[in-house]
Amino acid sequence: MLEIKNLQAGVEGKMILNGIDLSINAGEVHAIMGPNGSGKSTLAQVLAGREGYDISAGSVSYKGQDLLDLGPEERVREGFFLAFQYPVEIPGVNTTYFLRAAVNALREHRGEPELNAVDFLKLMREKIQLLELDESLLKRSVNEGFSGGEKKRAEILQMALLDPTFAVLDETDSGLDIDALKVVAGGVNHLKRADNAQLVITHYQRLLDYIVPDYVHVLVDGRIVKTGPKELALELEERGYDWIIEEKAA
Amino acid sequence: MVAPAQNRDAVDRLLAALPKGDAAGRARVAELGFPTPRDEDWRFTPIKPITELNFCAASVDADATLEGCVFADVEGPQLVFVNGYYSESLSQIGELPAGVEVRNLATADCPAPPAAEDAFAALNAAAAPDGPFVSVADNVNFTVPVRVYYLSTGNAGTTANVRGYISAGANSKLTVLESWAGTQAGYFNNALTELHAADNAQVEHVKFQDEHTGAFHVGALHTTMGRDARVAHHSLALGGRIARNNLRAHLNGTGIEAVLNGLYLPRAGQLIDHHMVVNHAQPYCDSHEYFNGILDDDARAVFHGRIHVHKGADKTDAKQTNKNLLLSDSATIDTKPQLEIYADDVKCTHGATIGQMNAEQIFYLRARGLDEEAARRMIMHAFAGEIVERIQNEAAREELDRLVWDRLEQMKGVGTA
Repeated sequence: MLEIKNLQAGVEGKMILNGIDLSINAGEVHAIMGPNGSGKSTLAQVLAGREGYDISAGSVSYKGQDLLDLGPEERVREGFFLAFQYPVEIPGVNTTYFLRAAVNALREHRGEPELNAVDFLKLMREKIQLLELDESLLKRSVNEGFSGGEKKRAEILQMALLDPTFAVLDETDSGLDIDALKVVAGGVNHLKRADNAQLVITHYQRLLDYIVPDYVHVLVDGRIVKTGPKELALELEERGYDWIIEEKAA
Repeated sequence: MVAPAQNRDAVDRLLAALPKGDAAGRARVAELGFPTPRDEDWRFTPIKPITELNFCAASVDADATLEGCVFADVEGPQLVFVNGYYSESLSQIGELPAGVEVRNLATADCPAPPAAEDAFAALNAAAAPDGPFVSVADNVNFTVPVRVYYLSTGNAGTTANVRGYISAGANSKLTVLESWAGTQAGYFNNALTELHAADNAQVEHVKFQDEHTGAFHVGALHTTMGRDARVAHHSLALGGRIARNNLRAHLNGTGIEAVLNGLYLPRAGQLIDHHMVVNHAQPYCDSHEYFNGILDDDARAVFHGRIHVHKGADKTDAKQTNKNLLLSDSATIDTKPQLEIYADDVKCTHGATIGQMNAEQIFYLRARGLDEEAARRMIMHAFAGEIVERIQNEAAREELDRLVWDRLEQMKGVGTA
């Protein structure tokens, strides 16, 4: 489904990704772990199509298309989704209005009829329960005044509404208490199917107790230096990253 | 001060066109003279297009209608002034509860206006004009909004003065919705409105100014507030070749909450100016000033916001923001927030932003599948919506929200800024 080959990218002349190779198939969950500054979030941003990164080499093929050639919105319409590490507040844009516009943009692309306000509300009520979110959030401006946990759950609500085939979760667990983490993980697991895939970027192993990955990749200095089964995450939790860096250097 | 020579002629011509006015009042206008760009308070608003008008007095127009005006579906009394003259046929007052007075000022027992700070105010006083008189007695909760319509049908140089007086007694509640509209280019409206909110009164005042894009408008609003008063003024400024709003707020008691909330949307050839002075005279008062502007084409806007915290006004909480979105490289905004603080233990913040759209927000919306233009539109509407949604009167808010939305859709620069 997603094939990243030798991806190199940087910002303002500083290289951050130094040749990423990663292959993800339908039905798989991959986790990326790594120390601060290893390039985890840059990878997420580059995949989502954020401007401002220089992509100097490599390719990303997504469902047979050149992902890097698509605008951010085109990627979403092809089933790509990024749950932001820091969701942006947009004062004045009503959450329900925004979500309906997003869902209808996707439906239009698929040649499906637009959802009217009533049908959309029905769909949203169903999804919002999954995330145990308060319905009053929907009347507020996008992410404005949301608590940290509400912002992260709202990201997964958006994921549920857009039903992506490939989702990147960028440190969705950061700043969540264990109860909120369970809710978020429950939502993500609920969306998991044999025909979609997830890439979970995290700083903490504990997320992987709830979202169980098929593969764990360790990112250091913009390269994947180790790949292993889910048990690798436990080892990282116990031993930190230094042994991998040393092992690599040796 | 002697009027500067270049404006003396304009003052004389304007006074000659006044239908009435006392000699002392006329002398005061001449003495003050029209402001020039050398006056700090008028530096960014050149009034030459006004002083060059061929002034003539406005006249009665019995054929004017309210067709196309806002707030048509709002229930409640309405006062209508056409070219500054009270229109009895268009006004509808109906049954009013005890303690509520809605009439034209000429027929009311109205106190003298405040001392004139400039030639426009002096001119207004000298002309002794008519206008709305809305008064609610102590302890009266008047939940129905009072609508005031100002229609202008005159052509170039037609000059009308109007004076409004709004008074809310202690513990009373009042909502006033003002609409300004005009049919031809070049007329000049000079307005002065007083709003007095007594102790513990709650007043909402909306000024929707959507005049001919070739019209000239100078409008002052002087607000005084007593202890624990809650006053919200909303200025939605859409129209006029030059539209200047002088907002003066006096927080004269403790525990007051004042909100001055404004949105300006000038388009090609327009200049919209808000010049605001908020005086905190007593402790424990909050004032919030929010002004957002979206400027298209070669439009200009001016925002001057001075918060003056007087000695003894401790525990003042004043917050002022002025945000501007420029949709074109040739649009100009001059913004000048000012704080003058002579009290202790106050919380005062001010900030002004000028810019294009927030790239983070645009990316976030695109990352949810909206195309770039849709994302820009959404953010632009939000920028305006942030102001409109502070209007408490639901019917007015919803109508103005739709109207502002339509107006923004007509802006040329939306997809490109």
